[in-house]
Amino acid sequence: MTLTSPKIDAKAASPMAAASAAAVVKSGRPSAWRRLTSNSVASFGLALLAIIVLVALCAPILPLADPNITDVAHRLAPPFGAGHLLGTDQVGRDILSRLIWGTRVSLAVGVAAAFMAALIGSAIGLFAAFYGKLADMLLMRGIDMLMAFPYLLLALAIVAALGPGLLNAMVAIIIVNIPFFARAVRGATLAVVRADFMAAARLSGLSDLKIVGSELFPNVLPTIVITLSTTIGWMILETAGLSFLGLGAQPPQADLGGMLGDGRNLIQVAPHVATIPGIVILLLAIGINLVGDGLRDVLDPKLKSGGLARALAKTDAASAEERKRKLAPQAQPSAVQAPLALRSLETHFLVGEEVYRAVGGVDLEVKPGEAVGLVGESGSGKTVTALSILGLVATPPGRIVGGVIAHHGEDLVGAPLARLQAIRGNRIAYVFQDPLTTLNPLIPIGEQIAEGIRRHQGLSRAEAMRRAVALLEAVRIPDAARRAGAYPHELSGGQRQRVGIAMALANDPEIIVADEPTTALDVTTQAQILRLLNELRRERGAALVFISHDVGVIAELCDTVNVMYGGRIVESGPVDVVLGAPRHPYTQRLLACVPELGRAERRIDPIPGLPPPTNALPPGCAFAPRCRLADARCTLGEIELEPVGENHMVRCAHVELTAA
Amino acid sequence: MRRLLLMVPVLFGVTVIVFLVISLIPGDPAKAILGTFATPENIARVNHDLGLDRALPIQYFIWLGNLLHGDFGRSYILHRPVLDEVLDRLFPTLLLAGAALVLSSAVGLSLGIIAAIRQNGWQDKLITVAVLVGISTPSFWLGILLIFWFGVRLSILPVGGMEEMFGGGGALDIARHLVLPAVALAAVAGAVLVRLTRGSMLEVMRQDYIRTARAKGLSESSVIFKHAFRNALVNVIPIIGLEAGFVLGGAVYIETVFQWPGIGRMLVNAISTRDILLVQGGVLIVAGAYVVINLLTDIAQSVLDPRISRA
Repeated sequence: MTLTSPKIDAKAASPMAAASAAAVVKSGRPSAWRRLTSNSVASFGLALLAIIVLVALCAPILPLADPNITDVAHRLAPPFGAGHLLGTDQVGRDILSRLIWGTRVSLAVGVAAAFMAALIGSAIGLFAAFYGKLADMLLMRGIDMLMAFPYLLLALAIVAALGPGLLNAMVAIIIVNIPFFARAVRGATLAVVRADFMAAARLSGLSDLKIVGSELFPNVLPTIVITLSTTIGWMILETAGLSFLGLGAQPPQADLGGMLGDGRNLIQVAPHVATIPGIVILLLAIGINLVGDGLRDVLDPKLKSGGLARALAKTDAASAEERKRKLAPQAQPSAVQAPLALRSLETHFLVGEEVYRAVGGVDLEVKPGEAVGLVGESGSGKTVTALSILGLVATPPGRIVGGVIAHHGEDLVGAPLARLQAIRGNRIAYVFQDPLTTLNPLIPIGEQIAEGIRRHQGLSRAEAMRRAVALLEAVRIPDAARRAGAYPHELSGGQRQRVGIAMALANDPEIIVADEPTTALDVTTQAQILRLLNELRRERGAALVFISHDVGVIAELCDTVNVMYGGRIVESGPVDVVLGAPRHPYTQRLLACVPELGRAERRIDPIPGLPPPTNALPPGCAFAPRCRLADARCTLGEIELEPVGENHMVRCAHVELTAA
Repeated sequence: MRRLLLMVPVLFGVTVIVFLVISLIPGDPAKAILGTFATPENIARVNHDLGLDRALPIQYFIWLGNLLHGDFGRSYILHRPVLDEVLDRLFPTLLLAGAALVLSSAVGLSLGIIAAIRQNGWQDKLITVAVLVGISTPSFWLGILLIFWFGVRLSILPVGGMEEMFGGGGALDIARHLVLPAVALAAVAGAVLVRLTRGSMLEVMRQDYIRTARAKGLSESSVIFKHAFRNALVNVIPIIGLEAGFVLGGAVYIETVFQWPGIGRMLVNAISTRDILLVQGGVLIVAGAYVVINLLTDIAQSVLDPRISRA
């Protein structure tokens, strides 16, 4: 840790953001301007700035009074009087004229300072990152030292040494702003320098200067623009501030800050003298900030509106009437008594104009104590199906648009948040995929288990913690009482997932939903964790919904299996039947991909092509484009899930051809 | 302890920069330091005291040695040692900056949380507009407006005249004098903090562990404050440290506007009277205070975030 802190707008300075920003500019330079102007707030800022700049530029040709002619007889005239639209100051000079001429000075100094700081700072950052090692160390230590000062104080010290004056104030502002550019550009450059195409450029023998000019600079330019947009506003404000203190522009020349300083002591008798220049500074800064925000939105896709939307506490859902429209009477939730039953569940993601049909009508039933498998490639909708059960799909962009989720006859989709919260982690619990990101890094693991126990069982802190320790013992974490105080980063991946399982077991749930619980783990720990999960849930009589892309694991753990493709179930039935004699061409191909231990000579047969994107699903069978049996019938329309054996269902127009 | 040791090179760097800046003075520094007191004897004395007749690196070490002995030189204008003057004025500045920092953090964090959990709601929009105006407002102008409205028009709060911190008015009097300058100083810093808190909260609220907390059935208030806010705070605390620098610098304007007897106003006066050694002392002490504040925020962050080693 260094003692100095990062730049105030940490997002703009992050190399990641800069790198992604670079990618955007490379691919979409012509549209950047259009995207900026299509943002109404940014266009307002742009218009505001344009007006101010235009008026300032036109000062010499506007019919203005001489800004420096004094007229003591008409001093401190109020605004809107004859001859002086904005009144006069303490020596009778026309405020409107001084304002426009002052804006010119402030703008010129601010913009010049910004570009000089950008030039010098970026050069330092580029140089440090490009040559690395000693140059980097020395330069960046120097920059750190500059940043160890409170921003304005260093500027004051420089002005004190050089003496008051507009030019000296500008030099001071430039120096104190150099570090922001140096740091941001260094970060962005490092990201590029480490990229592959840079290595290629070096290997191809280009000179350093050529590499910097042709490869580096275009890639760090967005970072420079972003930093410029955040600092130029401050630079104008700080220059005005130094003039306000009497350390910048010297009389009779006045910039906006100087005029404000003149008016300061007149606030009781003539408030307009100080108020008016302040309003102009404010408008100028608002314009710059609006344009800057707009620029960052365009150049940094991570910040784009919607990209940073928080998730609501529960997935948004269509009204009950709308969702149940297509349901048969026997599918109504009140008619279902199983612990959990999904009927025609449809969950969509609404991103801009696009609709992604992540889950397109899924039926699933979980009987007491049963282990139900959900298998499919990534993007097949299995995770979204699982998260929909307790309304944990992020909204925006997720929305449950059709179907019901019945829990002992109660429709969970329509349930109020409080009711869902009473079920979450209590009757139905989750084990998530990546235990590193799914555990809170700042809270000890014992507490993360105990808080769920307190919530649902109303136990005291001490009692809940005792239960948590017992659970940690049950998942075989050694020295559980002591480890309860450990933080997630202090545990190994396997131990973290044991904690995840302990959390799911905390309130003896009726159903555990495990979403690829071992995918993020070492192969050697995977088997242990799976055995543990299965053992414990059997002991406690919990049903299991197990999601995996690994057919072998499903075969070992589950009683029934559902194969998903393109957001729908394409085949379902008892595990031994479906995996032993699959009838859907997709299931057949999926099983052909599985390498078998001890049979090295068998060819692994990948499925050609990719699953279709869920915002452009073909009509009929989503697998048709990759299927060897596909013909016109497959794309005509809806294909139903039809029984082909006892409890064995297949969604295929050609079931008669798929029997082994 | 390791952090304390890390302060040493930073403080060393601070002295190097101040020294280099002062050596930027064009012409004869002794003359500049003495100003109108530049008699030949005085010039010779200053040149000898500060080692200005030696090579630059040697000058630096003589100067540094003096600093370490608490000798910051003499103000020839105020006729007293620089350190005495600076220390007299340090407390009012720290009081003002501290009040502004507490105020801006309290307002900034709470508005940032509200804006994040009501994202795109009317509260969020209102706060966003307020933040835009806040970060665009020159603090010295805001100070003048506050004086005009609260001091002149409404006459409910004193607008200045805090000449002596302990002039017998007691804590209540100090507090009354503190309100307006603290608000003026806190506005910009608070607005920046609202933005960052909002962004950080939104970022954190999308993390997997928030979904885990919800999957446990925890209440939204527990999800937001126990799980999200603590994680957001880890990102925000270094910014609060940075804001301390903005507030200490901004105090220069506010002290000038409100006639506050702190280091900021002293610096402005010292610059106009060319009292170089006083400027140098004031900048050094405030920069030192800032280094200490950054150390404190570092410690606060490591207390909050177990992933940072507590060395």
